[in-house]
Amino acid sequence: MLRNNPLINLFIGSFYRLPAPININYFWNGGSTIGVFLVIQIVSGLFLSMHYTSHMQMSFFSVNHIMRDVNGGWLLRYMHANGASFFLGLIFLHIGRNVYYKTYYRKGAWIIGILLLVVSMLTAFLGYVLPWGQMSFWGATVITNLITAVPVYGEAIVKWLWGGFSVENPTLNRFYTFHFLFPFVIVALSVVHLFFIHMLGSSTPLGTFSNTMKLDFWPYYGVKDIFGFSIIISSFMMLVGFSPDLFGDPENFKKANSMVTPVHIKPEWYFLFAYAILRCIPNKKLGVFGLVFSILVFFFFLFSKKKLMSSLFYRLIFWSWSMNFIMLTWLGGCPVKDVFIYMAQISSFIYFFFLLILMLI
Amino acid sequence: LGNTMLSNYSKHATSKLLSLRQLQTARKQKISSFVKGKGKLLSGTAVAVVGAATVTTYFLHQSAKASEDELHAPHLPWQHSGALKTLDAASIRRGYEVYRQVCAACHSMEYIAFRNLVGVSHTEDEMKAIAAQAQIVDGPDDNGKMFKRPGRLSDYFPSPYTNDEEARAANNGALPPDLSYIVLGVHGEEDYIFSLLTGYYDPPAGVVIGEDQHYNAYFAGQAIGMAQALYNEIIEYEDGTPATQSQLAKDVTVFLRWAAEPHHDKRKLYGFRALCFAIMFVPLFWYQKKRVFSVIKSKKIAFK
Repeated sequence: MLRNNPLINLFIGSFYRLPAPININYFWNGGSTIGVFLVIQIVSGLFLSMHYTSHMQMSFFSVNHIMRDVNGGWLLRYMHANGASFFLGLIFLHIGRNVYYKTYYRKGAWIIGILLLVVSMLTAFLGYVLPWGQMSFWGATVITNLITAVPVYGEAIVKWLWGGFSVENPTLNRFYTFHFLFPFVIVALSVVHLFFIHMLGSSTPLGTFSNTMKLDFWPYYGVKDIFGFSIIISSFMMLVGFSPDLFGDPENFKKANSMVTPVHIKPEWYFLFAYAILRCIPNKKLGVFGLVFSILVFFFFLFSKKKLMSSLFYRLIFWSWSMNFIMLTWLGGCPVKDVFIYMAQISSFIYFFFLLILMLI
Repeated sequence: LGNTMLSNYSKHATSKLLSLRQLQTARKQKISSFVKGKGKLLSGTAVAVVGAATVTTYFLHQSAKASEDELHAPHLPWQHSGALKTLDAASIRRGYEVYRQVCAACHSMEYIAFRNLVGVSHTEDEMKAIAAQAQIVDGPDDNGKMFKRPGRLSDYFPSPYTNDEEARAANNGALPPDLSYIVLGVHGEEDYIFSLLTGYYDPPAGVVIGEDQHYNAYFAGQAIGMAQALYNEIIEYEDGTPATQSQLAKDVTVFLRWAAEPHHDKRKLYGFRALCFAIMFVPLFWYQKKRVFSVIKSKKIAFK
C-alpha cells in the first residue's frame, strides 16, 4: 500500500529497496557520510544564525557572545567550524575514490559532483569571513582581489561584489546572505547527484556492472553506513572536544583591523593546495587561472575513456599524485620563501601533469 | 567421411570454444586474484607511502619552523594540557589577582564580565565585592550626563584606556593588546605567554635596543614595548603561595587560558563522552555489520 504513494515509494527506492552492488568497499560510505555532515552543518548553522549579527562592528562581538553566553553556543560553533573541515575532507576522499576506481565515466553524477565541490568551497570561504577576525578580513581581501585578474571588467566586478571600495560592511552582509543560501543549493544539487547515481546504480571497485550481483540497501549497506557514521562522528566529536582549534588560525582570535596586515595570510587547510598553486606562479593572471583550473581540471576526466580496471601504473601515478596533494597543502601554509616557492612550482607541475596522465591511461 | 569431418570440425570448434572459455575464466581468476592478493599488498603499500609522505611533511614542517628567525617557546608541562585534565581553579583565582593588580594597568579584557568568574574561582559575594571596587561609566542620566558608579556582576572588566589612541599615547606608540583571547591568539599559546613574561634579559653585546624598548628573547624581533612586569613578591597571594616570578607568570597564564576558553573543562568532558561512545558503540556497529554480511561473505559464486 505504501508503494502506491509516489513520495514514500521514492524514499523506499532510495534508502530501503535500492539495489546496491554486492562488492562495494568502505570507500562507498563516503557519499552518505558527506550527507550526514551536510545535515550537521545546516542544523548547527541554523542555530548559530539565530545569534549572529552580520555587521562589521558587531560580528566579532556576536561570535564572542555565542562562544561565552549562548547555552551550548561554543559547541555549536566548534561543530560548525570543524564540520566544514570534515565535509571538505570527505569530499576530497570521495573524489579521490572516483579517480582511483575510474568511476568518473558516469557523466551526470561527475559534473554535479564537481559543481558540488565548487559550491561547497565557496560556501566554506564565505563562512570563514563571517567571524570578522583578522584572517577572515584579510582572507576575504586576498580572495576577492583575485577577480581583478579578469580582463577589462575585473576592477568593476570586484567593487560591485564588495558593495564599496574595499571589503567592508556591505561585503560582510552579502557574504552572510550567500553563506545562508548556498547550503540549500548544495542540498538541491545533492538530490540531482543522487538521482544520477540511482538511475544506474552505484559503481563498483571492479568497474563492472551487473544487474544480478545486487543487495538490498537495507539492511546491508544501511548497517554498513551506520558503522561508518559511528567512526566518523566519534572522531569528529573528539576533535571538537579535545582540539577544536587544530585547523584554526590564531590570527582569527583578533578582531579585523584594516590598518594591520597579518604577517602570513593563509586560508583554511582545504584551500591550501590551490593557494600554493596561486602563489608559486609569478604572474597574477596566470596564478589566478592556475587556482581556478586546479579545481575545474576535474571536469576534463569526462573525456577520458572508460576502462574496466585501473592498471598498476595508474595506481602508482594516483598515489604519487595524492602524496603530491598533501605536499601542496603543506606548501600552501608555508611562509613565502624562495625554497617553498620553488618546491610549490615543482609540486604544481606534478599536480597537473599527473592528472593529465591519469586522464590518458 | 563427411560425418567424420563434421564431427572432427565440431570437436575442434568445441575445444577452441572451451579453450576460449578457459582463457576467459583464467583472466577472470587473474583479475580476481590480483585484487585479492596484490590488491591488499597495493593498498598496504599505498597507505604506507601516503603515511610516510605525511610524516615527512610533518618533519619538514618542524625543520622549516626551526629555520625561522625567532625563538619558539619550549613546551611546558601545563597541568591542564592533557586530554582529560581540567583547569586549576586555585591557579585561575591567583592569576586573576595578578591580572587585576599588575596587567590591568595597561591591558583591557573587554569580553570578560565579573559574573564570568562566579562559580569558577570566586563565590558570588566575593565577586560582587570585587566588582564594586571598580568605577564603571554609565548613563546618560536624566540630565543627559554620563556618570560613574560602582561595578556590578553584569559589568565587563573596565578598560584602562578609553580608546586605542589613548592607549598608544600612554605607551610610547605601542598598543597593549586586549587579553581576552590572547592565549588562543598567539602561536605557542600558554608556552609563549609564560616564556614572554619570564623572558626579559639584558640585550646581548652588540644588540642596540631603542629607547622605551626592552629586550625579550621570545618576542619577534626581540625589542618589546612592554617593560618586565613580573618580579618576585610583586604581590602577595591570599592563599600564602610564594609569589615568585615564575609562579606569577604561571598563574596569570592559566587565568588567561580560562579567559580565552571558559568552556575548556566542559569541552574536554564532551570529548571524553565521544570517546566513551566510540569505545562502546563502534565495536557493536562493527559486529552488527559483520553479522548482517556474514551470509553474503560466506556465499560461493561460480560462473559456469
